[in-house]
Amino acid sequence: MTATLKGYALRLLPQIIALAAILLMVSFVFPGFFRLEIQNGRLYGSLIDILNRGAPVVLLAIGMTVVIATKGIDLSVGAVMAICGAVAASSITSGHSLAMTLVITLGTGILCGLWNGVLVAILDIQPIIATLVLMVAGRGIAQLVTEGAILTFNDQGLIFLGSGSFAWLPLPVIIWLVFGILVALIVRKTALGMLIEAIGINRQASTLSGVLTPVLLIAAYMLSGLCAAIAGIIAAADIKGADANNAGLWLELDAILAVVIGGTSLLGGRFSIAASVLGAIIIQSINTGILLSGFPPEFNLIIKAAIIVFILVLQSPPVRNAFTFLALLRASRKPTERQAR
Amino acid sequence: MQTIGDNLLSATRIDKIFPGAKALDKVDFHLRRGEVHALLGENGAGKSTLVKCLTGAYRRDGGTILLDGVEVDPRDTFNAQKLGIGTVYQEVNLLPNLTVAENLFLGRQPRRLGFVDVAAMNRQARALLENYELDLDVTRTLDSYSVAIQQVVAIARAVDLSGKVLILDEPTASLDAHEVEMLFRIVRRLKARGLGIVFITHFLEQVYEISDRITVLRNGQLVGTRDTATLERRDLISMMIGRELAAEIRAAREEPDVTGPVRYRFKDYGRKGHISPFDLDVRAGEVVGIAGLLGSGRTETAEILFGAHRADSGAAEVDGKTVQLSSPRRAIAQRFGFCPEDRKTDGIVGDLSVRENIVLALQARRGWTRPISRTEQNRLADHYIRALDIRTADREKPIRLLSGGNQQKAILARWLATEPEFLILDEPTRGIDVGAHAEIVRLIEGLREKGMSLLVISSEIEELVAYSTRILVLRDRQHVAALEGNRITADQIIEAIASANERGAA
Repeated sequence: MTATLKGYALRLLPQIIALAAILLMVSFVFPGFFRLEIQNGRLYGSLIDILNRGAPVVLLAIGMTVVIATKGIDLSVGAVMAICGAVAASSITSGHSLAMTLVITLGTGILCGLWNGVLVAILDIQPIIATLVLMVAGRGIAQLVTEGAILTFNDQGLIFLGSGSFAWLPLPVIIWLVFGILVALIVRKTALGMLIEAIGINRQASTLSGVLTPVLLIAAYMLSGLCAAIAGIIAAADIKGADANNAGLWLELDAILAVVIGGTSLLGGRFSIAASVLGAIIIQSINTGILLSGFPPEFNLIIKAAIIVFILVLQSPPVRNAFTFLALLRASRKPTERQAR
Repeated sequence: MQTIGDNLLSATRIDKIFPGAKALDKVDFHLRRGEVHALLGENGAGKSTLVKCLTGAYRRDGGTILLDGVEVDPRDTFNAQKLGIGTVYQEVNLLPNLTVAENLFLGRQPRRLGFVDVAAMNRQARALLENYELDLDVTRTLDSYSVAIQQVVAIARAVDLSGKVLILDEPTASLDAHEVEMLFRIVRRLKARGLGIVFITHFLEQVYEISDRITVLRNGQLVGTRDTATLERRDLISMMIGRELAAEIRAAREEPDVTGPVRYRFKDYGRKGHISPFDLDVRAGEVVGIAGLLGSGRTETAEILFGAHRADSGAAEVDGKTVQLSSPRRAIAQRFGFCPEDRKTDGIVGDLSVRENIVLALQARRGWTRPISRTEQNRLADHYIRALDIRTADREKPIRLLSGGNQQKAILARWLATEPEFLILDEPTRGIDVGAHAEIVRLIEGLREKGMSLLVISSEIEELVAYSTRILVLRDRQHVAALEGNRITADQIIEAIASANERGAA
C-alpha cells in the first residue's frame, strides 16, 4: 500500500513542484498571498480564490482527461457549458424547481456527450472533427435557448451553487473536490481505468480482447458532457445569468492544457485525474497570480504562455532524459552505494 | 552464361537485428544487369527488411553492398535513389492531388528565373512517358487515373531518378489481369534496357511469367537462389515453407486419439470478399492446422470464426446449439480465444504492463464493474510468467519493451487466463526466436492433450505437421483440401498447395 502511495506521489511530483514554484513566485510580488481569514463562516484569501475560480476548468479537465485517455479530444466542452448554463437559466426562470432544473441541465450535458460519443465511436469520425461540430453549433444552440439575450435569474438555490459556502469552503470547490474524488475512485476502483487506457493505446487489440470499445468510448464523452454541465451551472450561478456568447469561452483549450500539464499524453493511454486537476489549478494560479501582481493586463497572456511553455519544456522527453542522465551520472559516482543495493 | 562480374547489385552477408529477433541473418542477394529477380518468402521471412536495407530505409547491422562493383552505403532512400536504386511500393507513394507531370518532377522541376517552368515540365513529362507506351494528359491530377497507371507513373519517376536498380514491392497486388499484363510489358522493356529489377510478390503464377531467377528467404535466412526455368513449382513452395524437420517430429509422438464429440460446427460459413463459404467441424482435443500460401484466406478464416469480421453466410454451432458469433465479445462468451497474426497492431497493448495485458481479456469478459483484485491480477500474471517462461524484468514492465517471442507468450497467457475451450492461433511462432518457437509448439501439444480444441495457422509446414491432427489447405480464399491421419506429411501438404495452384494457373 505504501508502495502504491509512493507511486502516486512520484507521478504527481512534477505538477506539485510546478505549482509550488508558481505560488512562491506570486507570493514574492504579492506579499499577502498566503494569508487566509475566516469571515461570515467562510475562508477568504488568494489561495481559496484560486480554488474557487479554477472550478470550471478543473471540472472540464476531469472529463477531458478520460476522453484524452481514449485517444480522443473534446473541443465542445466550452460550448456545452454555454448550452447547459442557458438551459439551467431558462428552466429556473420558467418556474421549474431547483432539483428539476439540475436534472434537466445535467441531462442536457450528458446528451451532448452522447452525441459526441456516437459520432466518434459508432460513425468513426475523428474526435477533433466530431466534437468541433458541437463546439461551433453549441453557442448557436445556447443563443436559441436564451433567445439572444443574457438570461438572468434570481433563484437563491441556484445562485448558492455558484457563490455559497459550506464547511468554510466556497461551494464550487466542494463540488469539484467531491466530484473529482468520486470519478477518480470509480475509475480506479473498478476496471474502467485500465479498459479506457487499453482502448486509448490500442483500440483494435482491445476490441479483439473483448473490450466493449464503443460503449466505453461513448461513456467517456458522456462523462465529459456531464462535467461541462456542472461547470456550466457553476459559471451561470456565479454571474446569476446565462451568457450564451461568453460562458466557457476558450475553456476547452484551458482544459486540454490542464490535462497536458498533468502529464497525460494526447496520444491516449495512461492518465491521472489528480494530475489534471493539479494542472488546472496551476493554470488558475498563473491567471490569479498575474492579476494580483499588478502587471499591465496586456502582458497577461504572454506571461501565461511563457510559464506554460517552461512547464512543458521541463516535461518534454529530451529534458527528462537529460535529468535521468544526470541522476545516473551522480549515481555512478557512488559505486559502493549502488552495489550495496 | 553470365558470371559473378555481371552482378549489378551484390549484397553479401547482410545482417539486420531488431530487438529480440534477428530479421536478417547473413543474407546474400545478387542482382544481374537486365534480369527480373523475384524475391519470395512468407510474411516475416525478411523480404521487406532486405529491401529496406538495400534502399537505406533501414541501416543494416552487417554485410556489404556493391553496386556496379563499387561498395555503397545507402544512408536513406533519397541517397539510394541518387546512387541508382529506386523503389515502387504497392501503395503508390506519390501525391494524388498533383498533376502527373508535377509528380514526375517533384523536387526537381525545371525552372526559369526561379519559377517552375510548367510548359517545359509538361513537355519533358510527355517525352518521359512515351517510353512507357502511355498516352496521358500530364496536366491532369494523378488521382484521375487508375492505380495501374499511377503505378506506372511511379515506375517512370523511379527509373528516371535512379536508372540502375528498380525494386517493385508487391506492385500487382491491386491490379486486374489486364493491368498486370501492361505492367509486365513495361517491366520487360526496362529489363531490355539493362535495368536490374527486383520483383516482390506472392502470386506464384506471376513469378513464373516474368522472373528470370528466384531468391527465397525464410525466417530471415537465405534458402537459396534458383533459375526460374528449372525450378519446379513444388520445389519452390517447399523452399518457401520448409519441410525438413516435419517427419522426425511427427514420428516421435504417438498418434493422438481424436474421436471425441464434435464441439464446434461451422456450416457454409463465409464472408464475401474475405473467404468463400466452408464447412468446418472441430472436436475436443483436436488441433486443426491451416496451411496455404500468403493471401490464401488463412487469416480471413480465423477472423470470421472469432467474429472479428461478421460472417455473411452460414451458421455456427457450439455443442449442438446455434450461436451468433457476430463480434469478438460474443465469441469470447462461447469461450473462444484468438491470438492474431499481427501482434503489434492487433495483439499487444504496448504501454500497459505485462500484468495488465495478461488480465485484459478476462477483465473485459467480467465487465468493468467487477474488477479483478490486484492480488488476483498479480497471481495470474506471476503464474503465467512462470508457466510460459515469459522473460521480463517484472510484471509491471510495459509489454512493448519485451521481445517478440515474449510478447507472443503474454498474448497467449491473456487467452489462457480466460480458460478458453477453443483457441485460434494465427501464426503463433512468427518472428520469434528458435527457443521460444519450440516452447510454443510444445505448449500447443500440451493444450490439446488437456482436451482443448485449437485451430492453428502457420506458414511453417514442419510445425503444422508436428502438432496438427488434421490439416486444411487453403487457396484463393477457398478451403480446397483436408488431410488427416497418416496423410499429414510435408509432401502431401506441399502437393495439395501446389496442385491447387497449378489448377488455378491453368
